[in-house]
Amino acid sequence: MVGIFQSWNIALSIFNLCLISAVMTMGANIQWGYAGLINFGIMGYTALGGLAAVLISVDPVQEAWRAGGFDILMALWLIVVMVLVIRFILKRFEKSKIRTYSIAAIIISGILLIRFSAEPGIEAIEAVDPAKTGFLGGFGLPILFSWIVGALFAGGLAFIVGKVALGLRADYLAIATLLISEIVISIIKHEDWLTRGVKNVIGLKRPAPYEVDLQTTDWFINLVEKFNSGKLSVIENLADRQAALNQLVIEGSSVFVKLCYSGLFLVVVIILLILTQKALYSPWGRMMRAIRDNEEAANAMGKNVVKQHLLIFILGSAIVGIAGAMLVTQDGLFTPGSYRPMRYTFLIWVMVIVGGSGNNFGAILGGFVVWFLWIEAAPISLFLINFFTAGIPETNALKAHLIESVPYFRFLLMGLGLLFIMRYRPKGILPEKIEIK
Amino acid sequence: MDFVNAIILLLNYIFIPALTYGSQLALGAIFVTLIYGILRFANFATGDMMSFGTMATILFTWYFQSLGVSLGVLPTALLAIPFGIIFMILYMLIIDKFVFKYYRHQKSPPVQFAMVSIGVMFVTQAVVRIIIGPADRRFFDGEKFIIKAREFKEMTGLNEGLALKSTQVITIFVTIVLVSLLFWFLNRTKTGKSMKAYSDNEDLALLSGIDPKKIVLVTWVIAGILATIGGALYGLDKSFKPFTYFNNMLPIFAAAIVGGIGNPFGAFLGGYVIAFSEILLTYAYKKFFMYVLPASMEPEGLVQLLSTDYKFAVSFSILVIVLLYRPSGIFKGKVL
Repeated sequence: MVGIFQSWNIALSIFNLCLISAVMTMGANIQWGYAGLINFGIMGYTALGGLAAVLISVDPVQEAWRAGGFDILMALWLIVVMVLVIRFILKRFEKSKIRTYSIAAIIISGILLIRFSAEPGIEAIEAVDPAKTGFLGGFGLPILFSWIVGALFAGGLAFIVGKVALGLRADYLAIATLLISEIVISIIKHEDWLTRGVKNVIGLKRPAPYEVDLQTTDWFINLVEKFNSGKLSVIENLADRQAALNQLVIEGSSVFVKLCYSGLFLVVVIILLILTQKALYSPWGRMMRAIRDNEEAANAMGKNVVKQHLLIFILGSAIVGIAGAMLVTQDGLFTPGSYRPMRYTFLIWVMVIVGGSGNNFGAILGGFVVWFLWIEAAPISLFLINFFTAGIPETNALKAHLIESVPYFRFLLMGLGLLFIMRYRPKGILPEKIEIK
Repeated sequence: MDFVNAIILLLNYIFIPALTYGSQLALGAIFVTLIYGILRFANFATGDMMSFGTMATILFTWYFQSLGVSLGVLPTALLAIPFGIIFMILYMLIIDKFVFKYYRHQKSPPVQFAMVSIGVMFVTQAVVRIIIGPADRRFFDGEKFIIKAREFKEMTGLNEGLALKSTQVITIFVTIVLVSLLFWFLNRTKTGKSMKAYSDNEDLALLSGIDPKKIVLVTWVIAGILATIGGALYGLDKSFKPFTYFNNMLPIFAAAIVGGIGNPFGAFLGGYVIAFSEILLTYAYKKFFMYVLPASMEPEGLVQLLSTDYKFAVSFSILVIVLLYRPSGIFKGKVL
């Protein structure tokens, strides 16, 4: 529809983001719909997925490694030692006040030690050509690997968060995960040696061809010519025809690149959909629902509730991590400053609730519908405002003010949509369906 | 003399800012804790409700300024706050009637309430941005400083100046008055006591003839007062920007939980705990040590435990630690 009204280019970019949103929503849906775990930390996992894309695809910065690599490795080694020591203390000694205090002392002194030992290294790294690099770089591998690594990163974080926070009651889990994701974002934003921080990483490698390359490739030009032969044959003048063809090639190339991404994303969505559907109807899925619906009964039946909760928390977060890596892959840039809870946590939750929690198709539908509305809310509300104020002259202050604040109507639309769905269709557009065979 | 200088330095850069920031957080945290204790849900629209109240206050401030009304040395906003409060309470009651009431009657689980409050958050954000726009606004007028740093230096002959902004004094003063009134109300009056009873055990309270509708109404009224004043004080001291208010929700939540959720006094102290730890851990102590230590032992670096970028992260880490070791908060709120 947008393809016809605006342009195929915009339509495809919305479609791609819909696909990514669908992946995120599936991740959140696994946690909320299958297991009833509330995770408001989606932003953090998305950002970690994005970080994975950077660390995998960017070429290593040799100079920076020479300048401060050793210090950084030392600091990492210190962290590992610290964790091992704490584990050893936890295992060896009985729970007591002295143990708690000594662990606290180890952590605090460890942080101070790491901070002061890594300081010169970090400064050296950040001083290496700060306008271009100023960070360690990555491994220089194809960016597609990062989708898996992103999942691993996000899963790893989810393991730690889950260990810490999963014992809490639902709404506290929500607050705790939200705050932890903020901590993750502030680390990504300010540890320049790792992520370039707010200086952003741009020009990441692509899994799809570049538009500029496509425009000079013969087979692509022929393809565009074939598609538009009807339109082109109308034009008589040869020079005009060539100009029109060039224009079409430029447009076609960006559509083609976006189509490549769409294909890749579709593959991911379909694989995840098959896996999650299988999981939902497997004995494991039944067990998760049992745990969700009655924790005590499931516990009495000998199911390890804590372990299963942790597992599903990790799985869901890993899926969100994939989506984060996909997002950065598509954009070709990593901007830590753009990760905001509104866009990456609460909007995804609107998608989950609107689509239908516990239903994978619902999650995908929610991702599509909500993202489409989020993008198209401004044009739609502009149209509505113009429609309803058609009789009022352009100079009217109220009308001008309303038109000026059109971008904010998307919040209103999302909020009202969420409230109405919660009130009149609390199970979402596509409610959870459980077939009992 | 150096020692006095060091003390003044700490007062100027740590104690007074932290006390001001802590007061602003404390008001928000009491708001969160009251809603949690009596209406039984975590209100994710906290920050945006505060920004709504502040917005109403700003609009009235502009109105008064256009009429030429002012309070002289005091900011005009103080005059506008009561009107802002009325609008805030009306807005809250409308939202309660159309949104929260239904779920209260359904006895929905807290998670559902939290989700609904996210819907309210979106709507409120839209309303605020549509009415006043997302820009950064200052609405402070009147005398800016009570003591200026340079005057203080001249007066005392010390190296370090002590600046005291009038907004800081107003914030601390208003907070003390408001919080003492609130505790008097909660502990001494009949309505306050019945609110406490309702929070402790709903069924018992209903049995003993407490009217739940009245309790809910009074809770929203108090919440409206706290939200507007807290928001307006923050806006006076710094500036008003809807996005900052949304972000402030996070340290406010941290303060409420650290203090023990459902416990207003805990929330009050929690605000200061969060504010002081944020500022203490991210302040560069270099100058302080230069005064206190002999010249030979002067530190080379900034002697900063964490860079200021991690200000928010500090309060969230405190929250995580508290949740791990003392889930009911420092001052024993409800057990989570």
